[in-house]
Amino acid sequence: MKGFSMGSLALSRPLLVGALLSAGAALGLSDDARAEADSDPIRVGILHSLSGTMAISESTLKDEMLMLIEEQNEHGGLLGRKLEPVVVDPASDWPLFAEQARDLLSGDDRVDVIFGNWTSASRKAVLPVVEELNGLLFYPVQYEGEESSENIFYTGAAPNQQAIPAVEYLREQGVKRWALVGTDYVYPRTTNKILEAWLKDQGVSDDDIMVNYTPFGHSDWQSIVSSIASFGSQGKKTAVISTINGDANVPFYRELANQGISASDIPVMAFSVGEQELTGIDTAPLVGHMAAWNYFMSVDSDANFDFIDSWLAYKDDDSAVTNDPMEAHYIGFNMWLEAVKKAGTPDVDAVKDAIVGVTVPNLSGGGSAMMPNHHITKPVMIGEIQNDGQFSVVWQTPSNIAGDAWSDYLPDSRNLISDWRAPLHCGRLNVSSMTCEDGEPVVSQ
Amino acid sequence: MSRRAIRDLWRAGIVLVLVMMVPVMMALPGVVHAGDQISDEQARTLLEGLDASGFEAKGEAVERVAASTASQRERWLQALLEGRLARERRGDHFYIITDDGGREWPIIDAITLEDVGTGSRRTINTITINNTLRTQIEGALAAMSLTAGDVKARLAAARALVGTVDAISVARVEDTLAEEESLAVREQLETALALHRVQQGDVDALETLRGHLDTRVRNTLVPLAEGDGELASEARGVLAGIERKREWHQRVQTLFFGLSAGSILVLAAIGLAITFGVMGVINMAHGELIMLGAYSAWWLQQLLPGQPGLALILAIPFGFLVAAAFGIAIERSVIRFLKGRPLETLLATFGVSLILQQLVRTVFSPLNRAVASPEWLRGSWQVTEALSISYSRLAVLIFCLVVFAALWAVMRFTRLGLEVRAVTQNRDMARAMGVRAARVDMLTFGLGAGVAGLAGVALSQITNVGPNLGQNYIVDSFLVVVFGGVGNLWGTLVAGMTLGVLNQVLQPWVGAVLAKIVVLVGVILFIQKRPQGLFPPRGRVS
Repeated sequence: MKGFSMGSLALSRPLLVGALLSAGAALGLSDDARAEADSDPIRVGILHSLSGTMAISESTLKDEMLMLIEEQNEHGGLLGRKLEPVVVDPASDWPLFAEQARDLLSGDDRVDVIFGNWTSASRKAVLPVVEELNGLLFYPVQYEGEESSENIFYTGAAPNQQAIPAVEYLREQGVKRWALVGTDYVYPRTTNKILEAWLKDQGVSDDDIMVNYTPFGHSDWQSIVSSIASFGSQGKKTAVISTINGDANVPFYRELANQGISASDIPVMAFSVGEQELTGIDTAPLVGHMAAWNYFMSVDSDANFDFIDSWLAYKDDDSAVTNDPMEAHYIGFNMWLEAVKKAGTPDVDAVKDAIVGVTVPNLSGGGSAMMPNHHITKPVMIGEIQNDGQFSVVWQTPSNIAGDAWSDYLPDSRNLISDWRAPLHCGRLNVSSMTCEDGEPVVSQ
Repeated sequence: MSRRAIRDLWRAGIVLVLVMMVPVMMALPGVVHAGDQISDEQARTLLEGLDASGFEAKGEAVERVAASTASQRERWLQALLEGRLARERRGDHFYIITDDGGREWPIIDAITLEDVGTGSRRTINTITINNTLRTQIEGALAAMSLTAGDVKARLAAARALVGTVDAISVARVEDTLAEEESLAVREQLETALALHRVQQGDVDALETLRGHLDTRVRNTLVPLAEGDGELASEARGVLAGIERKREWHQRVQTLFFGLSAGSILVLAAIGLAITFGVMGVINMAHGELIMLGAYSAWWLQQLLPGQPGLALILAIPFGFLVAAAFGIAIERSVIRFLKGRPLETLLATFGVSLILQQLVRTVFSPLNRAVASPEWLRGSWQVTEALSISYSRLAVLIFCLVVFAALWAVMRFTRLGLEVRAVTQNRDMARAMGVRAARVDMLTFGLGAGVAGLAGVALSQITNVGPNLGQNYIVDSFLVVVFGGVGNLWGTLVAGMTLGVLNQVLQPWVGAVLAKIVVLVGVILFIQKRPQGLFPPRGRVS
């Protein structure tokens, strides 16, 4: 049985090449070299941890990518070629991310694009590798900004696509005091720095801001929750802005519930809690606490319903959930497909040029475009936790927001922009001096 | 401190508006009086208001519903609050979903309250609310129950009044007080009235507020205490008293937090106190045995759906057995061959811990598993306004002490305990006396592993149940055992509790990260001074 199917697979190869050749001929591309290259599949690297601490979040994205690739192959692949996933396991180990990115990008079976990473630490580890070997990386998670790479496409939210709108929303709801609570690493620290600067710009005094950091996986929240409660009981409406990451959220929310703090007392606005994280919690005491994302599973759109249907079917699990980073990969993958089609080749330089300006449908019913700074446009939504573990969208920006690589609220990056199109071609352009801080000054022509 | 205070503050405004509105509504001509049933048309208009687009419009509609005399108004608001009020997608019937589990929900007509079959996401559209609206609805429901409703509801409504009574509503609150029978409700109403009188300049009313721990009392008094005059100086005195009392309550609270954090450390470490402390085996897979205990609690809950309490109680022996079985397997297959070679044991058991983690990831998925808390472990016991103790923490603390006592008794009074002590003190002599040392090793290791499993069952109520659960506790466990003195159960208890309290006392001061560092440095310095730990083993050790 096995031998037979292998045989049929081998038989179909020449057929495929033949079809490609004729397709190439029809397009006037009957160039020998191209025809030879066209017989190979296009290789897609998937760089997500399948073991270690981050497996909880990242393994889902690996499954999603496999599903998207499978679907695309059912629809005839890309440029008439099959897509071939190359899955590696960097095991939640940041240096291993860099090593495996190097493996994926060098050697004979070099991949044409990588979808991967979750934590900022792992992205920072991979960045020099993809720049050195000129790879393409699609990064699907919300992050702290203050970075722009020619080779990385940031399909998750920048701070202005998540944190700032969320805090604006809370101010409209009458919040006067702010507890910024986060895990002790680069994303919360940078985000909180931006938020503090923003809040002070809006006239919030130092006394009304409380900042607290906890280690990864912190599980004993008793005294911190208790100090948040006393911070919040001084007669002014108080909210918690949570950049608590991963596992530490469950005991944090449990402690809130235990100490009787409900969303009407002190609402929590979280930037790292999605449907996936809530599957580990009894959400009844959490109803009304909020999260800010660019997508929720409960979004009402046909694209979303279709995506959920195929995801549940692929996982063969009715209780599987979708979340924001999954949407980011969905958008990123489709953008890459479009760009490859537009360029007519999966060649990295051609795709990099072709992808800026590409617009594809997102899951909330609109479209997302790739901006010259390698960030994308998306709507920002605020969802409130419901007792079924889903979010109900209570607020949404009227239009898409474009991701901003360099925050306008930090003094160091206020004047910086990023534009990877020719002729600027610069990730750190100082608009006041018109110099590219990557090195050489911009030639003004 | 009062956790409810803030919620109450926000709810109070609404309660007040509604309380004030009742007499107004009654006086208005043309408004139907209580007892008059409103027509279906009127009811439909009210419900349509609730389905308005925009949360502000919905808020106004909630006020209209609360002020109406519709007999169904409480059910509507309750359903809206719980996300169970719905409208037909094509048509204008309103329904209340009576059970929103599953995909097909049984529904009743919102106006006639008659059973009308089932609905689903495809056919009906639930009316959504946001946080502000939720607070408002809770306030409206509380206001309805200030005069009607049971004691609990009246108490909640009365609590919401504290700090918000004004010249218009004072007479009504006084009337309510005159008719109220429950002492607790009376106390809240009296506080609310006293606070109002103090604001009007009544110095005598301050007496009622003396030593009151409600944060709203403090927040109202703070501005009054600024300035001169008799009222201000009296208010300063009362405030100082309140602050002193709060401080004491907070110290007790911190102590409880510390003991509770300590009890978790002790639970996690006590199994290690046996395997490492008594047997001298460095078992890096100890954390994973804890994790297996937690997973067995989860697994039993899957087998007994709808009975989380029973499952949790059964998980205590089950978790023990599962972890003990794994422990014995590890001892038989790995540790026994590495006797007396601590470095190799360390590396081998570290390998075992990675294998166990990945095994769980492969079998159960890398995602965290939700272990439900039974009803009797949820919420907290509000001792005073400034002191609350959560039931789950209290239960873990008691459980920890019970496990400790049982383990101590086993080591002290049973034959196994005697043999364990004999083997660890002088292995050759014990063997010469007919003790089967290899068997004792196996059972001791199994006992230590089983206790780790018990810790896992308890931890499933406190933290995540996932493949990484054990890693968070392994370092702390070794720290506790070393600090307490190797080979001494009492040392483990005292050390765990000490570290827990230290950590919780330091955390508000210096933050969680620095607190951890300070504790670690402290323990290292202590070990330098006293290498044998808090309770060094006494007598001759061979």
